[in-house]
Amino acid sequence: MYSFPQGFPDPAILAIIAALITGCAGIPGLFLRTAGAGQVIAVGMQMLAALLGIPAALALLFARATVTYTLNWGLPFGPCELAIDPLSAFFLLPVFAVGAAGSLFAVGYWPAAAHRSSERGLTFFFGLLTSSMALLVMARNGVFFLMTWEIMALSAYFLLVTEHEREDVRRAGILYLIATHTGSAALLVFFSLLVARTGSFLLPAAGSLSALPPMMMSVAVAALLGFGAKAGIMPLHVWLPSAHANAPSHVSAMMSGVMLKMGLYGIFRTLTFFHDPPLLWGAVLTVAGITSALAGIAFASAQHDLKRLLAYSSIENIGIITTALGVAMLGYSSHSHTLAYLGLAAALLHILNHSLFKPLLFLGSGVVIHATGTRDMNLMGGLGKRMPKAALLFLVGVVAICGIPPLNGFVSEFLLYLGLFSQLQGSSLAYIVLLAPALALVGGLAVISFTKLYGSVFLGTPRNSAAAHGHEAGATMLMPMGFFALCCVVIGLFPQFALGLISPALASFMPMATAAAGQSSEYMTILGRLSLLGILLLAASAAIALFWSLRLQRLPVLSAATWGCGYQRATARMQYVASSFSEIAISVFDGIIRQRSERPVLSGLFPRPARCVDLPSETVLERIITPAFTVAGSAFAFLRRLQHGQMHVYMIYIFATLFILMIWAH
Amino acid sequence: MTNIIIHTFLALLMPPLLLGVIAKTKAAFGGRVGAPFLQPYYDILRLLHKGSVFSTTTTWVFRAGPIVALATTAVAALLMPFGAHPAPISFSGDMILYAYLFALGRFFTMAAALDTGSSFEGMGSAREATYSCLAEPTLFFALITLSRLSGSYSLSQMLANVTPGAWLYAGASLLLLIGGMFIVLLVENCRIPFDDPNTHLELTMIHEVMVLDHSGPAFGIIQYAAALKLFVLGAFFIHLALPFATGNAYLDWGVFIASMLLLAVVIGVVESVMARLRLVRIPQLLVAATILAAFSTLLIIR
Repeated sequence: MYSFPQGFPDPAILAIIAALITGCAGIPGLFLRTAGAGQVIAVGMQMLAALLGIPAALALLFARATVTYTLNWGLPFGPCELAIDPLSAFFLLPVFAVGAAGSLFAVGYWPAAAHRSSERGLTFFFGLLTSSMALLVMARNGVFFLMTWEIMALSAYFLLVTEHEREDVRRAGILYLIATHTGSAALLVFFSLLVARTGSFLLPAAGSLSALPPMMMSVAVAALLGFGAKAGIMPLHVWLPSAHANAPSHVSAMMSGVMLKMGLYGIFRTLTFFHDPPLLWGAVLTVAGITSALAGIAFASAQHDLKRLLAYSSIENIGIITTALGVAMLGYSSHSHTLAYLGLAAALLHILNHSLFKPLLFLGSGVVIHATGTRDMNLMGGLGKRMPKAALLFLVGVVAICGIPPLNGFVSEFLLYLGLFSQLQGSSLAYIVLLAPALALVGGLAVISFTKLYGSVFLGTPRNSAAAHGHEAGATMLMPMGFFALCCVVIGLFPQFALGLISPALASFMPMATAAAGQSSEYMTILGRLSLLGILLLAASAAIALFWSLRLQRLPVLSAATWGCGYQRATARMQYVASSFSEIAISVFDGIIRQRSERPVLSGLFPRPARCVDLPSETVLERIITPAFTVAGSAFAFLRRLQHGQMHVYMIYIFATLFILMIWAH
Repeated sequence: MTNIIIHTFLALLMPPLLLGVIAKTKAAFGGRVGAPFLQPYYDILRLLHKGSVFSTTTTWVFRAGPIVALATTAVAALLMPFGAHPAPISFSGDMILYAYLFALGRFFTMAAALDTGSSFEGMGSAREATYSCLAEPTLFFALITLSRLSGSYSLSQMLANVTPGAWLYAGASLLLLIGGMFIVLLVENCRIPFDDPNTHLELTMIHEVMVLDHSGPAFGIIQYAAALKLFVLGAFFIHLALPFATGNAYLDWGVFIASMLLLAVVIGVVESVMARLRLVRIPQLLVAATILAAFSTLLIIR
C-alpha cells in the first residue's frame, strides 16, 4: 500500500470533500436575494472543489492504490462503501474540470440578471449533477450507486428543461426521461442479478466472478442496455441528439463531456468483476462501437443544427471508445497482451480527449448561439471576423475532434490503429484489422462534418443580420474554452505524458496487459516520435509563414471583393450553406442518412416566394422506437385505469406491493 | 547522412519537374511542342515576385491554408522512402501519421476556400471533402496489405519489402493494389479523369476552384505544395509498381529518378487519352478502387 507523504491531507478525503462542495455549490443562491450573487458563489465553490479534487485525483491515480471508506448508514442494504481506485480517480478528473469550467461559463452565458427565474435552479442542479457523478465513480454499494445514478439522471433532466416554456425542450425532456428510466430499469435488473449471485449489495471485487454461468449472460446484457443507454451507444442513442441540442450549452458540455462517460464507466466497472470475459463480449462491444461510430458521424454530416451535429459526433466518439474497449477485451480474452494494452490505452485516452474537446466545442456553440440567437448553421457565417478569439479556440476543438495531427484526438486514434494493425501477423484475430479502413472512413466523414460546421459558422460572409452583429464573448466565457484548448494542444504535442497519465488506470483495469511490461516504454518512444513530428510540423508552418510574410512586405498587397468568376453582384445568400456543403456526401451515403425534403413547385411567370426545407430524419427514433411505443401504448391502454392522478391511491399501490412482496419473501 | 541530404534535396527540387514532364507528354500527344520542362519552376518563381490580392471577407484562416498545405506535405515527404533508400524519419505506425497529415492539409485548404464566401469555392471544398473521404479507406487497405506482407508497421520497411520476389508470391494481390492506388494517386492530385488542373472557371472542378482567390506568393506556395504531394504519393506508387533496386546507393537514386519521370509520362498519357468523368461517376470509381484494395487485403490475409 502506498503511503502518502506526511503532513499532507489524505487525497481520498479531499476528493470526497470536493464532491460534497460541488453538490452544495448552488444552495446559497437559493436563499440569496441579490441576483447573481449565488452564481458567483457557485463558481467559487466549484473552483475550490476543482482545486482540491483534481490534485487529489491525480495523487490517487499515481499512487496506484485503492482507498476505501465504509459508511454505516443504517439502511437494509449493507454498509455503504466508497472506494477510489485509479479507474475511479481517472474518471474524477473530467467531472471536476468540466464542473468548474461550466459554472464559470454560465456567468457569462446565463447571467442571473437576464434569467432571474431560471438561473437559481440551473446553478443548483448543475452543482448537484457534478456532485452525483463524482460520488457515482466512488460508490461500491449497488444501492448507493443506483441512488447517485438517479440523482445524476434527474438533475440532468431539470437542467435540460431549463427553458421549459418551449415545446421542443419539453419534448426532448420527456424523451430523455423515458430513455434514462428504461436504462435505470435495466440497471435494477443488473444489480438484482449481482446480489442474487454474490449475496451482498457490495459490488463484486475485481476478478471475483466467473462469466461462465449462463446467468452471467443476462447480467452482461442488462449492463450493456443500462449503461449503453446512458453512454449513447447506437441504437440506444435516441434521447441524445435532442437532449444535447436543447439544453443550455454549458449543460450540453457537461452531459456530453462527462455524463456519457458515466455510462462508459459503468461498462468498465462491470468488466472488472469478471476474470474470464468470453470472446463474445469483446465482439459485441466492437460491433456496437463501430456501428455507432459510422452511423453517428454519417448522421452528424447531415445536420444543420449546430448542437445536433455536435451531439451526433458525441455518438461517434463514444462509438470509437467502445470499439477500442471491445478490441481490448478481444485481446484480453485471447491472451494477446499487445492488443489489450493498445485498445485499452486508446479507449482511456479517447475518454480523456473527448472530455476536453467536446466541452470546448459545446461551450463554443454557446458563444455562437449567444451572439446570433439561432442554432441553425444555414443562417450564420462570418463570425470569425467578429469574434476572432472564440473562432481560434473553436478551431482547436474542431481539428482535435477530427482526429488529425498534431492535436490530441489523433493520438488516441493512432493508438487504436496500432492495436488493430498489431494482430496482422497472427492468425486468430487478423481480421479485426478490417476495422482500420472503417475507422478511416469515420475520420473522413468527421472532416466533412466539421469543415462544414466551421465553414458555415465562422467563415465566409454573414447570412443574416444577427450573424452580422455577432460580438466577441466575455472573458468568463473565453477562459474555460481557453483551458480546454490548451489541454488539447498539450496532449497533442506531448502525447507521451498523456500515456503516463492513463497508465495507472490502465494497470488497475487490466493488470495482465501491463504486466507484460516493456510495452509501456516502447509506446512511450513511439509517441515521443509523434511529439517530435508535431513540433516539426509547427516549425515548418512557422518557417513558411515567415517566408511568406517577408515576401508580402516587399510586394504590393491589395484588398478587394472575393473573385466571383466574372459575376459582379454576388450576395451572401449565394454562398454554400451548411446543407449544400453536405448534400453531395448525403447523396453518396443515401442508404444510411435520410432527409425529408420539401421543394417548392414553381409555376407561372412570376413565382411567389416559396420555402425549401431539408430536414435530416432521426431514422432509429422515427422508424423503430416511435412505432413500437405507439403499438405498446394501444396494447396496454387498459392499464391507464390504474393511473388517475389521485395521490392516496398511489400510496395504497405502493403499500400493497410491498406487503405482497414481504409475504412472498417469507 | 548523404542519403538524407539527397532525399531532402530531391524532395525540395524535383517535384515541379514532374508537372513539366506531364505537360510535355500531353503536348506531344496534342502534336504541339509544348512549354519547356522547367516551365513550372518559372511559374512558381514568377508568382513569388507578384503582388497579392486578399478578399475583404477573409480572415487569417485564408492565409493558413497554403501554409499548412505545404507544411504537412513537407513533413509527409520526410516519412516517405524514396526508391530503395529508407526515409529520414521512420517509426512504428508512421504510415498512420502519413495518411492523417494529408487530412490536416486538406482541412485547412477547404477552410481557406470557405473563408472567401464564394459559392464556387464552397462547391469545390464540398466535393474535395466527399471524394477524399471516399479515397481514405483505399489507402488503409493498401497499408494493411503491405504491413501483412512485410510484418512491419513503418513505411520504410513496408515499402522496401515489395521486391520482384514479393511479386512472385503475392502478385495478384499487388496487382489489385496497383489498380486501387493509381486511382487514389490521380484523385488526390486532381488529375484527369477526376479533376483538371488546367481549367479554372468551370463548375465541374474540385481542387483548382478552391484556390481561386489565392494570388501571388500564396498561389506559388500552393502550386509547389501540389507538386510535392504528387511527388510524395508518386513515390509511394512506384514502390509498388516498379520495385527495382540495384544495391548500389547512387545507382538506386538514379533508378528512383527515372521511375518518377516514367510515372509522370504515364500520368501524361492517361490525361491525354481520357476525357474527364462526369461528377456522378467519381464516387463510383472511388468505391471501385476501395473494393480492389479490399480484395487485395483479403487475398493476403486469408
